Amino acid sequence: MLAESLALSAVLFVIGVIGVLTRRNAIIIFLCVELMLNAVNLTFVALSRYYGMAGQVFVLFVMTVAAAEAAVGLAIIISIFRHRQTVDLRNINVMKG
Amino acid sequence: MALSSSHPLASTIAAWMWLLPVLPLLGFFLNGALSLVSRAHIGPADPDMGHGGHDASVGGDAATHHAAGDDSHTDAPPKYASLVSIIGPGVILLSFILAAAIFMAMRGVDMSTPFIQHYWQWMPVGDLKLNFAFQLDQLSMVMVLIVTGVSTLIHIFSIGYMDGDPGYARFFSYLNLFVFFMLLLVLADNYALLYVGWEGVSLCSYLLVGFWFSDKINADAGKKAFLVNRIGDVGLLLGMFMLFANLGTLDFTLVAANAGTLQFGGAVVTTICLFFFFGCTGKSAQLPLYVWLPDAMAGPTPVSALIHAATMVTAGVYLVARSSFLFSMSPIACLTVAAVGAITALFAATIAVKQWDIKKVLAYSTVSQLGYMFIGVGVGAYTAGVFHLATHAFFKGLLFLGAGSVIHTMHAAYHHSGNTADAQDMRNMGGLKKAMPITWIMMWIATLSIAGIPPFSGFFSKDSILGSVYEYSGNSILTNTSWLGMSGHTVLLWIYGIGLFAALLTAVYMTRLMLYTFHGPSRATEDEQRHMKEAPWTMTGPLVVLGALSLVGGWMNLPAIASFLGPVGGLDKWLDPVVGHATLVITNGVALEVSHGTEVALLGGAILVAITGIVVAVVMLRPASLVPKAESPAEHGFEKVLANKYYVDEIYEGAIVHPVFATAKNVLWRGLDAGIIDNLFVNGSAAVARGLGWIGARIQNGSTSVYAWGIVFGAILVLSVFSFR
Repeated sequence: MLAESLALSAVLFVIGVIGVLTRRNAIIIFLCVELMLNAVNLTFVALSRYYGMAGQVFVLFVMTVAAAEAAVGLAIIISIFRHRQTVDLRNINVMKG
Repeated sequence: MALSSSHPLASTIAAWMWLLPVLPLLGFFLNGALSLVSRAHIGPADPDMGHGGHDASVGGDAATHHAAGDDSHTDAPPKYASLVSIIGPGVILLSFILAAAIFMAMRGVDMSTPFIQHYWQWMPVGDLKLNFAFQLDQLSMVMVLIVTGVSTLIHIFSIGYMDGDPGYARFFSYLNLFVFFMLLLVLADNYALLYVGWEGVSLCSYLLVGFWFSDKINADAGKKAFLVNRIGDVGLLLGMFMLFANLGTLDFTLVAANAGTLQFGGAVVTTICLFFFFGCTGKSAQLPLYVWLPDAMAGPTPVSALIHAATMVTAGVYLVARSSFLFSMSPIACLTVAAVGAITALFAATIAVKQWDIKKVLAYSTVSQLGYMFIGVGVGAYTAGVFHLATHAFFKGLLFLGAGSVIHTMHAAYHHSGNTADAQDMRNMGGLKKAMPITWIMMWIATLSIAGIPPFSGFFSKDSILGSVYEYSGNSILTNTSWLGMSGHTVLLWIYGIGLFAALLTAVYMTRLMLYTFHGPSRATEDEQRHMKEAPWTMTGPLVVLGALSLVGGWMNLPAIASFLGPVGGLDKWLDPVVGHATLVITNGVALEVSHGTEVALLGGAILVAITGIVVAVVMLRPASLVPKAESPAEHGFEKVLANKYYVDEIYEGAIVHPVFATAKNVLWRGLDAGIIDNLFVNGSAAVARGLGWIGARIQNGSTSVYAWGIVFGAILVLSVFSFR
């Protein structure tokens, strides 16, 4: 059962990574980041069956942080949209040396 | 304290000997503070105001900056001048009184061992344990008396000479500091502390030679004095290193006690001695490092008298006498010292014969007389060397102060007439005896003394050196030592001959100086002659005292043959506990006795030579036919070589200074500094940083997805490193 769970979370994680790397829309990238977080959560939960409850406790923390991150992240995205009328990352490239 | 507590001097006034150097140091701080408070007056006078257009080609004419009395200097006199006049000479006088009291205390007690006082541990580094401690013995007592005594007189002289100078307080604070370092030098109980004094007097020499530093020529002379001295100091330092490496101590008493463990005449002790002597050639102006001393005449004349004639330049002689236990173990070093001294004595005397600047004559005379001292301490006649050191301090101090008095007067006269001629050139003087009779008489006393006419002091001391050379050539460890392929016997006889010939030249050039300066017709204008007058009492007073000392100084150490004059060999007996043993080593353990006939012949020869010199000068020289400097014809042939000082400065310039400058400029500056350090290291590292920055800027292009790729690849890289390890 563990192997399948880990495999599933790995697949979810890789999907998230590919989404972050390839998509242009900030909202989508944001969703993919959430997907990666939840893939990790799944790993924690799966492993907690064998290594104790600490994994499940950690998942609660990750969820809390993810909620906060979602709030801040979405606020930023809204703010960017208000300034530029777009959330396409190709157009958001002022952070450079 | 262990050593001193048992010493008979411990309960006497000698326990206060720390005050000897501390008093001048106090004077330095007080005068220095006054100099700083009157800040407007700290620097030299504005060169355009003090001496509009005076000829400064002579290496800094003392009197050009000198207020020279009264007029045209309408600005207020330096503040606190009267306070400085009390503190400056006052602290030195107190020091001298204390020294005299300690001397009296020493006479009554058993001084077979030196009186040492430890004050604190100075440098405990591994095996090297250096104490800050003073050592008082007969030799340092003689030096302390000379230093404080002559300094007192010269400080008093300076009150008159430096009167009205804008740097009055600064001058006295430097002079006080010099006395402090000089006393440190002679009171030190180890070589390292001696070295502190040795360097300190150099510093003061530098400060005082370049005292009127707004003239570049003076500042350059100060620099030259400092740098040439540093070359010699390396020798002293290396000698100290070798001494410590071989004996493990630098204390005089311990070195003296352990010197026997070194191989007699071996390479180690010879090298140490030669290194020490190299240090002496710098400090005491011997060949090949004497060149700084004539240039040092750029300083005020009291400085020339005190530092460059009476005290500092004799530090080398003191060092050799202090290290007598080492030098007496190395016949080769002894002969080297004596031979260099003899060659220097002759070399400098020949130059002095053709100099026109009155101070330059005296400067070369000093170099020459120092050569005599080194002949003395070189052959092992340490007492004779120190004896000449003492009498020389009297008569040469007197000569310099007399010259200062002359320059002062000459300049005052030129000041009135607006003459821009050289106030130090003897061709511009003449007939000064009418205007300044006291200076004239005192200068003649000093001249007869240095020329070696009995019963003046110089006669006894010079004769005691030359007599020793003659004695030691016959029966001493030096006799059979081979030196540069010659036997010591031959070398010493040569030194004796050279010494006699240099004595002849001494009489000639000193008589020449006197004739041209004081006798014959005056070569100044009528108007100038009216303004020539004797210096104030603060200046003539020290002259008279030094004159008296030059007259009777010989009584310190009368030779046996002059027993009808008084007690014989005072200084010999006095210094015997310090240098007697070393002298006995040189003389194979027997006290040398010269037959009465030989001694009479030696003395007679010396007197004959001195009289011949004076007669030759009087007969040959025609002060009446001398014309002022501006109208003088150029010299030809050998005279020109002498007038140009054998072109030694030019040779050094071409052979050493210029190559060093060229190397510094082309290799070190353009090659190493500008090329490697500036270009390769400084600019190179900047270029690397800029290159890396350029690459970094290209990577950071603002595209978030590129950054995300970076993060992912970074994570993969880290993970793969950890998982495949």
